[in-house]
Amino acid sequence: MPKPGIAVGRSVPRVDADAKLRGVAKYIDDLRLPGCLYGVTVRSTIAFGTIRKVELDPCWPWKDAVVAGPKDIPGENCVAVIEADQPLLAPGRVMHPMEPLLLVAHPDRNRVWESSKHVQVSYDERDPVLTVSESLARKQLLRGTDNVFKQYLIEKGDVATAFAGAAHIVEGEYRTPHQEHAYIEPNGMAAWVEADGAIVVVGSMQCPYYVQKALKRIFPGRDIRVIQAVTGGAFGGKEDYPSMLAGHAALLALKSRKPVKMLYDRSEDMASTTKRHPSVVRHRTALSKEGRLLAQDIDVVFDGGAYLTLSPVVLSRGTLHATGPYECPNVRVRSRAVATNSPPNGAFRGFGAPQTLFAAEAHWEKIAAETGLDPLKLRRLNLVREGSVLATGQVLKESVSAAQALERVVARSSYEKTRRTHAVCNRKPGKVWKGIGLALVHHGPGFTGSGEVMLASRAAVALERDGRIAVLSATTEMGQGEATVLAQITAETLGLDLSLVRVETPDTAKVPNSGPTVASRTTMIIGGILMKAALKLKERVVQELGSFPTTTKGLKEAGRKLASKGPLTFEEEYRKPPEVVWDEAAYKGDAYGVYGYEAVTVDLSVDRTTYEVKLRAVHTSTDVGRAIHPELVRGQIAGGTVQALGWALTENAVFQRGRMSNSQFTNYVIPTFSDAPPIDLDIIENPYSRGPYGAKGIGELPHNAPAPAVVAAVRQATGLLIGDLPVLPEKICHGLLARRKAS
Amino acid sequence: MRGIPGSMQVLRPRTADEAVEAFAEHPLALPVAGGTDVMVLWNMGLLNDRPVLDLSAVAGWRGVRKAPGGLRVGALTTHAELRDHPEIRRSFPLLAQACAEVGSVQIQNRGTIGGNIANASPAGDTFPALAVYEAKVHARSRHGVRVIPFLDVFAGVKKTVLNQAELISAVELPFLPAKPHRTVFRKVGTRSAQAISKIVAAGLLWLGKGRAVSELRFALGSMAPTVRRLRAVEARVAGRKLGPALVATAVEDAARDVFPIDDIRSTAEYRLAVSRNILRSFLQA
Repeated sequence: MPKPGIAVGRSVPRVDADAKLRGVAKYIDDLRLPGCLYGVTVRSTIAFGTIRKVELDPCWPWKDAVVAGPKDIPGENCVAVIEADQPLLAPGRVMHPMEPLLLVAHPDRNRVWESSKHVQVSYDERDPVLTVSESLARKQLLRGTDNVFKQYLIEKGDVATAFAGAAHIVEGEYRTPHQEHAYIEPNGMAAWVEADGAIVVVGSMQCPYYVQKALKRIFPGRDIRVIQAVTGGAFGGKEDYPSMLAGHAALLALKSRKPVKMLYDRSEDMASTTKRHPSVVRHRTALSKEGRLLAQDIDVVFDGGAYLTLSPVVLSRGTLHATGPYECPNVRVRSRAVATNSPPNGAFRGFGAPQTLFAAEAHWEKIAAETGLDPLKLRRLNLVREGSVLATGQVLKESVSAAQALERVVARSSYEKTRRTHAVCNRKPGKVWKGIGLALVHHGPGFTGSGEVMLASRAAVALERDGRIAVLSATTEMGQGEATVLAQITAETLGLDLSLVRVETPDTAKVPNSGPTVASRTTMIIGGILMKAALKLKERVVQELGSFPTTTKGLKEAGRKLASKGPLTFEEEYRKPPEVVWDEAAYKGDAYGVYGYEAVTVDLSVDRTTYEVKLRAVHTSTDVGRAIHPELVRGQIAGGTVQALGWALTENAVFQRGRMSNSQFTNYVIPTFSDAPPIDLDIIENPYSRGPYGAKGIGELPHNAPAPAVVAAVRQATGLLIGDLPVLPEKICHGLLARRKAS
Repeated sequence: MRGIPGSMQVLRPRTADEAVEAFAEHPLALPVAGGTDVMVLWNMGLLNDRPVLDLSAVAGWRGVRKAPGGLRVGALTTHAELRDHPEIRRSFPLLAQACAEVGSVQIQNRGTIGGNIANASPAGDTFPALAVYEAKVHARSRHGVRVIPFLDVFAGVKKTVLNQAELISAVELPFLPAKPHRTVFRKVGTRSAQAISKIVAAGLLWLGKGRAVSELRFALGSMAPTVRRLRAVEARVAGRKLGPALVATAVEDAARDVFPIDDIRSTAEYRLAVSRNILRSFLQA
């Protein structure tokens, strides 16, 4: 482990801790806006069809309310993300349940819901497309000529020939469900119009510049200022949806000429905002006699929901991670994201990779079952090492830790011994069956392919009049701790005490466009840009004064001397490392500059009476390059692990006619503290030469491995391979009953 | 929040008499004890403009007292009080266990036995225990007290036989004639806390001469619109020795008194299979 610096490598107090602990941090609901109205959304009750009529109850006192519909939109009726196919308010055609149709604002926060009940909408309903198979069968055409939003194909070697010469051929199908982000703070946004006509929105969000871009098309010709309020969790759920909500709040503000606040409650948030894409992944694998991979033929289908939103990029990451961290000479990955009549699915921690890695890792269990080979030995034989070539032709050049992560977790969890003792215990009578399962994954931090080049992110460091250093970026703090990490990197680069560095609020009027806060990119990409900006500042000061001061007084003086000679803000832009080469058209090359690696074991028991699963212990070994803030890294791993265990075991989003029917925490069961297992966290620091101080991303990696490790453990405990998440006690029960019937 | 605070009219009686009078005068009022279920509905805006009959100040309906041949539990006694009460733990341990598994500690501190019964959820955690202890519910109105056998209180999902102006004042628990040889309580939820039951089971077993069954009482919750005693199973084993063949038949009989369904929490097949497992291990033990 490298030695800690003045700021980097230390678990310093979070820069946002004080305000949050004292309860003075202002979330959007805390923001007082005198004279503001409260806005609500009238939503579709059908999955697919056209609106026949919208009627306002003539007996209701509408004079107190403001109603806005599609006709009130001054510019385009769209929420622009990658495309602009999603309307801000459905203009006539309804594509999914809970689709926004009309907006109502009212001065009384509690009464506004009553107003919305007095809007009657009648429809001509059509038979909806509810599953990916209905979509692929073109039951109805929702998109283009085939319902496919996007497809990719990766080809390496000669798959057909490899199958012809294989000792083993193993096929399997794996399914993953929707997942709700369950951030603590539901979506919320406020908007008003300034005297000069500029629109200002403030709210809970990940990506201020995405919101700005979307609003420019809805309100052309106006200045748009977007400010992030303190945000209570996001996990990808506040990547694209806030653009929709901001459009709604701003439209009501424009029509009413008053500030408008829109705050979703839990049920509305869960039923109408994005979820993790459900997936169906099929594997067909050719192996040599001893278990070496000869060919992987993988078919991926993601359910995109009713509009395109972020599906192409989610699918891209899923496709690129579909083989798992293994080297195989012949690979074909075919992937498609398709349209259904349910609310659009979107970004969620891992962004497509957890789905395809679940299939890849669970498939080792199928291979083990059919070949009799050991799942650990199979992984040891096939995992990527330095010099390995991935399916896209990418050669792994540095910081390749798959073997190290695997061996460390196997040792720390006594995996092999535990597996043997569990096998003995399961043959005897008892209250439970026990199992331990393993998974090995990778995750590419930063945008996929040419994404970072196209974003061309900018961030800046400024020397301020009061002798402090300001970090200027649009990167958002949402609980993960990025403000602290960016301050640490800046302080370390300048050789300053952390207290001399402050982080500016993300506000499009104050900070440059650093791109979205997503994709495990913040520490590695934005941290890297800030490091360069800080070095530029340092260089300039040293040039002028001969040395760089480390006190407020010294910095103040330096600022005074330099101010006459030009600006004291030093902005830098992302520069692609020259050795990273990606060909988007051919879908070949370096999909990511580097990868993080993680191996996980899950030890659990299954109750023989109720088939309930109890987690006994979880071990994780995780390569993060460099832990800038070790405690925050541990927080990301522990949190991501528990979130993934919820997806694996209990979170069962039930959709009926395209609508989530358990949109409350009563029946959508996320783990509580008492469900979280003891977790042994092991941080590996295998530095990346292009990351600041060697850091790679960490936010998403922990979501990839726990679910397949659960499936492997349940297989050891019960003999059942349940490749369809979540692994509910009901599925174990049905599997055992079916097996009993068959024997 | 869709509930409208300004619309709430609160009635706050101090005595039992005041409570039944107020209810008679405001028959549409919603009686509130601990409020743990009411809060959820109120937040959803489903109780706007409805008067609330807040019973929390009716001191006489709180606490556990000795009564002839048993205990009298006031309707406003909380799950936490029952969970910790020495006499309940000694004589009615399955009820104490059930109360310890209701929702969460916070809900146990607020939620009351009377409220739990009046809410009449098919998944009520205390119901199988109250069913095997053959509790009696005291329903009070301005005309006096009506005593209802526990199983007869429920008319269906979220429905009771209580009349318009009746409030639950107490639950009577008769002491068991003898200490049972075996007992079982099992809640099967979706996670270790804050879980709505998929199955709740409670059982009492007395053995007689030659280890023949002198009496079995076994009840299941979440397996039908209301809590059910397994009368067919109880009759099947009465007076007979528990051998493998009898246990197997009894376990088959379990389906005769329940009507499990598929819903968003579980499946009928799972509910029946697991209920049978619980019954089997109880009878085999």
